[in-house]
Amino acid sequence: MRKLLEKITKTKLFLPFFCLLLVLLINLFKSPSFFRVSVSNGVLYGRIIDILNRGSEIAILAVGQTLAVAVSCGTDISVGSVMSLSACFTCMLLAGFGVHSTTVLQMPMLIGIVAGILMGGLCGAFNGVLVSKLKIQPMIATLILFVAGPAIGLLLCNNQMVYIRYDQYKYLGNFLNIGDWKCPIPTPILVTVLVVAVIAIILRKTSLGLYVQSVGINRRASRLLGINSDKIVFICYVIAGLCAGVAGVVASSRIYSADPNNIGLHFELDSILAVTLGGNSLSGGKFSLTGSIIGAYTIQAINTTLLAMGVSTDQAPVIKAVIVITIVAIQAPVFKQWWAGMKNRRQAEAKELS
Amino acid sequence: MKRKHRMNSNTILILITVLLFFIMYFIGCVIYANKGFGNFQTFLNILINNSGLLCVVAGMTCVMLTAGIDISVGALVAMDCMLLATGMVKGNNCILMLLLVLLIGAVFGLVQGFFISYMNIQPFIVTMAGMFFARGMTAVISTKQVSITEANNALFYQWANTKINFPAFMGIVNNKGATMVPFIRPPVIIALLCVFAIFIMLRYTKFGRGLYAVGGNEESARMMGLNVKMIKLKAYVLMSIISSIGGICYCMNTMSGSVQQATGMEMQAIAATVIGGTLLTGGVGNVLGSFFGVLIIGTITTLVQTNGKLLSSWSNIAVAALMCFFIILQALFSVIREKTASKRKNARVLWSGK
Repeated sequence: MRKLLEKITKTKLFLPFFCLLLVLLINLFKSPSFFRVSVSNGVLYGRIIDILNRGSEIAILAVGQTLAVAVSCGTDISVGSVMSLSACFTCMLLAGFGVHSTTVLQMPMLIGIVAGILMGGLCGAFNGVLVSKLKIQPMIATLILFVAGPAIGLLLCNNQMVYIRYDQYKYLGNFLNIGDWKCPIPTPILVTVLVVAVIAIILRKTSLGLYVQSVGINRRASRLLGINSDKIVFICYVIAGLCAGVAGVVASSRIYSADPNNIGLHFELDSILAVTLGGNSLSGGKFSLTGSIIGAYTIQAINTTLLAMGVSTDQAPVIKAVIVITIVAIQAPVFKQWWAGMKNRRQAEAKELS
Repeated sequence: MKRKHRMNSNTILILITVLLFFIMYFIGCVIYANKGFGNFQTFLNILINNSGLLCVVAGMTCVMLTAGIDISVGALVAMDCMLLATGMVKGNNCILMLLLVLLIGAVFGLVQGFFISYMNIQPFIVTMAGMFFARGMTAVISTKQVSITEANNALFYQWANTKINFPAFMGIVNNKGATMVPFIRPPVIIALLCVFAIFIMLRYTKFGRGLYAVGGNEESARMMGLNVKMIKLKAYVLMSIISSIGGICYCMNTMSGSVQQATGMEMQAIAATVIGGTLLTGGVGNVLGSFFGVLIIGTITTLVQTNGKLLSSWSNIAVAALMCFFIILQALFSVIREKTASKRKNARVLWSGK
């Protein structure tokens, strides 16, 4: 039993998972109805569903962010802005330039959505070229799009919010509705599962996952081993951009509009936080996709908990900051060493006593 | 030999920044001559409006020299403003409040610095938590907009509204026949003093040279006998204190505190520092370059405002484009530097390090 416990606590994902459980447990004590999931009007309701639903964007971004962090020892801070840009691009294509609100689409919805996602990919490619070919620090390279993204989005939307009042456009961010059948699970959750599955399969079935780790650990040595490091870095940034595009379209479909100033605001921070909370090092190398996704839902769980406790959205960051710094500090190597040192000393003392 | 070369390309970068500022300003003078862009006062207004940013950028340069980053500054400035505004509206002593703000800044920096240098957590994550904390605390103090008026704090009001006039012969006669004498306000003097102090510190003090050493190569700085952790800690304390001074300057300009104040200031500060030629990898940079970076950003904003017809997002796009230009320029310089260096060094270097 003890060995099993030790084995569980030694695994890499133990701490992130433990943190998530802790946040959920606090909720359970606070309000016992937290885990209740009810069906009303043909769809699932409940706090847990809400966390899964609202956390979709962060989870999708975290997937791309994990790869970007792992491969380049830096962070992609443009993902939030790229989200905003792709949302605006999609809405601009669907509504036409300069239209404030529309009920008729200018082009098939699917084309608009795919174009929005590809826009994200294009932004990712831009970042990728800067990081891989010109060897610029990722944070500085992505700072360009961080500043430019929402600004270009505002230009595309002609400095106003664009509403798409078209029922099918709401499906992606809310519930699928085909004929009489209504899908009980919110669509963003399905999208997240799809994105995670696709990326995970690519990483497992091709050698990309291995290459990413290798390049992240030592870019130069990987090149000498015959891996095209630049290409791997580029691919990872394109994937991060595509993920941001998907998240942007989902976020835009949620509110069936493009709001350049508010879509994706602070999402880059949340996504980086998700990667860190998942136990991944920001200095690149080994990564765990599962950890990042757990991290993403931990953040959303914290957000939802604070809102449920009645903390105002403006004040919530204080508590979030304290929680975040505690979780990160617990996972820091320095703290782990100190903890291990304490343990050893206690054991030595116990031995002396006996 | 190498050192000389390195200093060379840095001087070129700063020269380009300075040159670009003058070219842009000159173009503005030519295009908007009829709108009074050429007035000396326009230039002084750029200084007045950006005095808070100038302080922050001076601190940001120090932190970025140690290969760190501080994204909490915008939120810290907002918190300072809110604290000053609420404190003064309640009738507290002005000088006491200013000292309190500086003290809070020092403590804030101490905590951040401790986590970064002694707990060895990535600066980005720690200062992000700091940003959440400060922004949240602003809302905890008050969620409303608080304004300082002459009625509730005469002394501070008087300070903020002091006009420091230039000699009368520099004045121009406007179309109503009155003589307009160029003036600046106290924040500008505070900001310029800050920049000057940091310039002297970086160039002539032990601590300043230590910042360069730590950023250039942490390992060799440690081997040289420098207390790397202490230097980093001091850098973050300095950063937060200077940001607090920047907060005071900002408050003197706006005379109010609100939750949404100074959003995005951290990214503006980073952009200015990057345009000024400081590398995020540390060890390279100069506060004078950052100073001109702020002036360039200020000029772009003023140009867009003077035009009147352009959307305000154009200034963001222009800043992003400029940043792109400078980042690529820096990258090209470092590629050239690397090539000349690798010609001299033997191939063994390829195997060690990334």
